[in-house]
Amino acid sequence: MATSRFTRKMAQGGAFTVFWLMGATAVLIMLFVVGYIMVQGIPQLNLEFFTTSPRGGLSGDGGIYSTVVTTFYMVVVTLLIATPLGVGAAIYLTEYSEKAESPIVRRLVRIARFGVETLAGVPSIIFGLFGYALFVSALNMGFSIMSASLAGACLIIPVVIRTTEEALKSVPDSYREGSLALGATKWETIRKVILPSALPGISTGILLSAGRIVSETAIFFVTLGGSYRVPHSLMSGGRTMALHVYYLAMETRAFDKAMSTAAVLVALIVLMNLAINLITSRISSKTR
Amino acid sequence: MTEEIRMKAEGYSLFYGEFKALNDISIDIPVNRITAFIGPSGCGKSTFLRSFNRMNDLIPGVTTEGTVFLDGNDISKEDVVDLRRKVGMVFQRPNPFPKSIFDNVAYGPRLHGTRNRSDLAVIVEKSLKAAALWDEVKDDLNKSGLAISGGQQQRLCIARAIAVEPEVILMDEPASALDPVATLKIEELMNELKKNYTIAIVTHNMQQAARVSDYTAFLLTDENRAGNLIEFGPTRQIFTTPSDERTEDYISGRFG
Repeated sequence: MATSRFTRKMAQGGAFTVFWLMGATAVLIMLFVVGYIMVQGIPQLNLEFFTTSPRGGLSGDGGIYSTVVTTFYMVVVTLLIATPLGVGAAIYLTEYSEKAESPIVRRLVRIARFGVETLAGVPSIIFGLFGYALFVSALNMGFSIMSASLAGACLIIPVVIRTTEEALKSVPDSYREGSLALGATKWETIRKVILPSALPGISTGILLSAGRIVSETAIFFVTLGGSYRVPHSLMSGGRTMALHVYYLAMETRAFDKAMSTAAVLVALIVLMNLAINLITSRISSKTR
Repeated sequence: MTEEIRMKAEGYSLFYGEFKALNDISIDIPVNRITAFIGPSGCGKSTFLRSFNRMNDLIPGVTTEGTVFLDGNDISKEDVVDLRRKVGMVFQRPNPFPKSIFDNVAYGPRLHGTRNRSDLAVIVEKSLKAAALWDEVKDDLNKSGLAISGGQQQRLCIARAIAVEPEVILMDEPASALDPVATLKIEELMNELKKNYTIAIVTHNMQQAARVSDYTAFLLTDENRAGNLIEFGPTRQIFTTPSDERTEDYISGRFG
């Protein structure tokens, strides 16, 4: 009896140690990566780095101004395309599709759901190839913010649809019933009760998608071109910060500048995740 | 009975797909009275209540036979939005919207076209007073409807229903999620409300039915699990001299 209790305690202690070590290792690896980039990247940072554009060539001289501008444009244009489509599709899927009577519509809905699931797992370079074939060549938009945003929208629409669906599903049915029982139409119910309640969840999805646009490279490598100039219209090419990191590291001697750009990028992603956490904690405090 | 009739079901049956859930029910809901639907769980009393404002329309695969009337008009031919304005509903669990107390009550009137802020303020005050909630919340109208107690939330939902001036209020076990004190408040409120409204209430609490209602309908499932109306009459009669043995068995607590 006493031995068995002893072995059980030992096993418990052993398991605790193993899991603790694994957890600690995971955290350490992450801290090491971020820390390394920060240590390597931050010392060269100065105001000039942010306010001048890259000069091109092998030296990698110049700052990141034009890449910050391009990143900003890419995020805004892509979200403008993807948000209405993704949120609209999610509203249809959660609020309307169940009521569809026609078997053809029901089948289409099933295909759409399956498509969304699948697309969410497709590697981004595939969307890049597609964007290159359709927008860059066939539709003659060239390497441009427009081509890249359309390809980027294809990449994030599944994300927007899924997070919005989750947010809509988390709105209790009792809100829907309460509103309908007061004589509201379905659309009034969606607009005045469901969407406001789901808004924090939907914003989280949109922010996640924005993060995806900031951090993607492969898809933009084949649709955005790589021009280091400040874009002057939607039809200009450009390079995002993430793409700039790639160019600096692989095609110039300025590895230190790649690290600096990476540090800025990491800081931006951390900020966006903090924003998401803020929104999420606000949701949980609201729903008690 | 020689009461004026507000709502009426005639030969009403309801199906979930192939399954018959309500079998051939006929009943009269008299004006300015409280009519209680009682019966064991699963007897279809809530489903039946939801037939009076067509909430069952929301469930895919539901079909019905027979007719429900409001003031002599077949409700299946009426615009469902108009119908639900005239036949309000209070649910089992309080379900205020995540909006302010004011906006909760003003929600219905706004839908139906009242935009003017001072008109809305009048309606909100009147409705909250009618729901016996005004004195408790008059200084906190901007507070979230979710931030008040369960009993207050349920009275807020009653105020929200009253604000669109319905003729009938349906209540689906309105006190089952509340403590005894809050329950008593709701019951007192119902007695007050029946002066101006016709009320139909589902309850699994027989004491509650006996305390508050004027008429009682007893529903029970038959061998095919379809809900049937066993007996309907003045509450006193149902509880003291039921004519059906099954009613007596249920009332005296022999099953259910």
